[in-house]
Amino acid sequence: MKFAVTVTLKKDVLDPQGKVVSQTLKNMGMNNLSQVRQGKFFEIDLKEKDSSKAHNQVKEMCEKLLVNQIIEDFKISKTE
Amino acid sequence: MKINKEQIEKHGLKLEEYNKIKELLGREANLLELGIFSAMWNEHCSYKSSKIHLKKLPTKNNIVIQGPGENAGVIDIGDDDAIIFKIESHNHPSFIEPYQGAATGVGGILRDVFTMGARPIALMNSIHFGSPTNKNTQNLLNGVVSGIGGYGNSVGIPTVGGETKFNSTYNENILVNAMAVGHANKNKIFYSKAKGINKPVVYVGSKTGRDGIHGATMASAEFDENSEEKKPTVQVGDPFTEKLLLEACLELMRENSIISIQDMGAAGLTSSSIEMASKGKLGIELDLNKVPCRENNMSPYEMMLSESQERMLIILDEKKEKKAKKIFDKWDLDFVVIGKTTDTNRLVLNFDDKIVADIPIPALADKAPQYDRKWNKPKIKKNNLKKYDLKKIKIEDALIKILSSPDHSNKSWITDQYDQVVMCDTIQKSGGDAAVVRIHNKNKAISISVDSSANYCSSDPKSGGKQIVCENWRNLISVGSKPLAITNCLNFGNPEKPDVMGEFVECINGMKEACEFLNFPVVSGNVSFYNETNSKSIFPTPVIGGIGLFDNLNKIINMKTKKVGNLIIIVGKTLGHLGQSSFMREIYSSNEGAPPEINLTNEKNNGHSILNLINLNLISSCHDVSSGGILISLAEMSMASMLGLKILKPKKFTDLNEYFFAEDQGRYLIEIEIDNLKKVESILKKSNIFYEVVAEVQNDIFELSKTFSIKTQELYKNNNQWFKKFNAIN
Amino acid sequence: MKSSVIVFPGSNCDRDVAVALEKLQFKNSMIWHKENVLPKSDLIVVPGGFSYGDYLRSGAIAAKSNILNEVIKAGERGSLILGICNGFQILIECGLLKGALLRNSGLKFISKNIFIKIQSNKNKFFNKYKKNEILELNIAHNEGNFFTDKKHLNELEDNDLIPIKYCDKEGNINQKTNPNGSINNIAGIFNKNKNILGMMPHPERMVDKTCSNEDGLPLFLSLMN
Repeated sequence: MKFAVTVTLKKDVLDPQGKVVSQTLKNMGMNNLSQVRQGKFFEIDLKEKDSSKAHNQVKEMCEKLLVNQIIEDFKISKTE
Repeated sequence: MKINKEQIEKHGLKLEEYNKIKELLGREANLLELGIFSAMWNEHCSYKSSKIHLKKLPTKNNIVIQGPGENAGVIDIGDDDAIIFKIESHNHPSFIEPYQGAATGVGGILRDVFTMGARPIALMNSIHFGSPTNKNTQNLLNGVVSGIGGYGNSVGIPTVGGETKFNSTYNENILVNAMAVGHANKNKIFYSKAKGINKPVVYVGSKTGRDGIHGATMASAEFDENSEEKKPTVQVGDPFTEKLLLEACLELMRENSIISIQDMGAAGLTSSSIEMASKGKLGIELDLNKVPCRENNMSPYEMMLSESQERMLIILDEKKEKKAKKIFDKWDLDFVVIGKTTDTNRLVLNFDDKIVADIPIPALADKAPQYDRKWNKPKIKKNNLKKYDLKKIKIEDALIKILSSPDHSNKSWITDQYDQVVMCDTIQKSGGDAAVVRIHNKNKAISISVDSSANYCSSDPKSGGKQIVCENWRNLISVGSKPLAITNCLNFGNPEKPDVMGEFVECINGMKEACEFLNFPVVSGNVSFYNETNSKSIFPTPVIGGIGLFDNLNKIINMKTKKVGNLIIIVGKTLGHLGQSSFMREIYSSNEGAPPEINLTNEKNNGHSILNLINLNLISSCHDVSSGGILISLAEMSMASMLGLKILKPKKFTDLNEYFFAEDQGRYLIEIEIDNLKKVESILKKSNIFYEVVAEVQNDIFELSKTFSIKTQELYKNNNQWFKKFNAIN
Repeated sequence: MKSSVIVFPGSNCDRDVAVALEKLQFKNSMIWHKENVLPKSDLIVVPGGFSYGDYLRSGAIAAKSNILNEVIKAGERGSLILGICNGFQILIECGLLKGALLRNSGLKFISKNIFIKIQSNKNKFFNKYKKNEILELNIAHNEGNFFTDKKHLNELEDNDLIPIKYCDKEGNINQKTNPNGSINNIAGIFNKNKNILGMMPHPERMVDKTCSNEDGLPLFLSLMN
């Protein structure tokens, strides 16, 4: 069972990278841009067959390792 | 809306403190005003528990240009050169989020220094972690080290040294103290005191977000199990913006347009605006709708208490506004006039065409509470180590055990993550007694050392306070520099507890004595109280950052032994004091006994004589004898050059462990050419200094006659494995 | 000899390299990234540092700056271009050099003195060194792990386009003496015409005996030939 995990900085946390990328894109003429926030993406393949159990395991991985919950949020979606 | 008891407590204020606020205002405060009072009146900003004791420290002499009370201390190093420096703690944020906590700690201290007109030239740090066996330690160590490196490397200021120690007392409350040192023209130093009415108040740097709302209040509260909830208050550092801010400020400072300037540090816009106005005995009026915000719908409360990083407040000459804006535009930084100075002596905040706060400035600054807190005289531990049978310990086993312990292990695993040489003026990197950094383009340099000794201070705060000043002084001497002045970071537990307050008071008393005797003034510093978790306080940990001066680059020496056949002499008397020593800790896991005593007269005499010998070019290398005693210091000299030593047995001591591991103070090891022995002896004798020859430099082998023989390579191996093993990815 | 040092927001070795160039009597100008014109120069240096905070990818954003267009044109015309550390990363991001600089294999920032061995001195940059000479230089980077495809690697090896490789004090080039995981211990590479050099070690940090050694001096001397 495959999952996609997207990790982003929490809404109110400063994102220095996003800020610089967004400024650069604007300088390049992409005028409709209002904001860029950057994050991380993980593809996780699990042996578990039960989808709710699998989801919980991925959640545990996020909470214990993949995500720094002090500054980051995450979203899990099942891809296969 | 009336302020209730719960809101008062949430803001870290006591009920009687709120009553005083009402009295000062002549009415109830609103929530924004309460927030502002709480930020200004907390321990971090007001020094309410420490002020009356800090006053005892000597802060002036003929080289001090600016002592405590400004963003950083300033000293004169001759010609037109001034050194601006300060150390500051970022303990609580670093425990919560080690990378960002440490990084923003470095950022904050850098701003303190360049706000005053200095280009930062070096960073140092003192970091203390819990026991290596504690489950958090590895993660905290990795996070803090990469945070310090991540920020300093990116801004491009060399991190030239520091200290890293482990002790279970820090298991739930690590210490991260960062020191910045800058160089300025002494005729172009910028202060925070506002001058003139109707001058524009300019906001520069990053935008304001909801970062660290109430960070300063957090730093003044004990941790408990619920401190997890306080997590979102940690700020994220942006070293790139800091670098831009640094360059933009220095560029603006070349013109004469700044009247006063202040970093927005703890309690951000609140403390910076109030501090500037209060020092200038003026009022300040801000239009909060003009504050550059990162998020939508930020309230005045959030704007005033946000601790977003990389921001400054400047009071400008109004005629230079346009020119100044152009500089900040060049560096892509916000530059917004958000208010003006007034003659009202009040802080007035406007938002959406309404006055949202109106507070007399003296109420926030001068009238902040001051406490003479109750304190108990600490009980001094007596030295009673007779029960230990030292004869059972083989000296070579103890040597290896101490050398491979976390506290004594080589720290290159850490320092290799710091750019130590960017700016190309680093003459001596970390690993020596003190770092040495050249003044750019000049034939002079400064030395920097950061030291602490929590074990000594916990068993006898007064003696420990004295000792740590002396050790710092000694380290600066050991590289050949003349010690000038210090900055201190005082890390203690909860000052509301008389025992903790007693440790604080006595530590200060000890420091005062040593600083006065050595003419070694304190020019800046920071107090960090409430370092405690679940009512368990950390060991009292004053950290000293000292600066020394070389008026000539030829006088710089290090601890590397230079030539086979040279002699090593110990200067200063060895009495065999093992209480609170590394030996007792590593071999017996014992924290017993009193720390070694300090004899200030000997300390000064020995130090001055060492400097004299260095000036006469009679010393090839030098190392102070501190934690671990003579044998560890000899091993360190040997490993620095990879040459060996043939060590002699002492004539008067029966117990070798006592002689070689004792931590008696005021001692140095010096390497001299055999032909100079007579000259050196006569100088030491003339000054009434005890000395004896302890070793001779030889190739490859580190040995004590008829006792043990080890390859220097082997010592090196043992000294270099701990960090790699501890941090190995399993 | 005239030189130009390009300065980006976040560059932090720009002053250091200018000091080294001026020590050797180069007439140096500092060129701000927003400029559209590059003064005529015999040497263009893209210095180290953290241009744009190294955000997104090291060098990626600097590669989009105004002045880089001029640097690219100058490079194509055959001007000498030296990219050091972040400068190397920028030269790769803007396409003047091929390959990629990945995160160090140890996943940590490394700053220390290392050794490199001169592989080839038949070029404008290293002609004052002897072949197989061993230098002690300083590195300070997070992303210095050079990687490229097999075809490009062969091209580099076969055409003498790898002037320096990491080694130890004795000159041994192997996995143990590789500080950051670079393929074949590569510390720097040329373009096809050998007028553009990218290198991770900092030669400008090694031109002053008071602070270090002078192993970097001959590089700047070579460029004056």
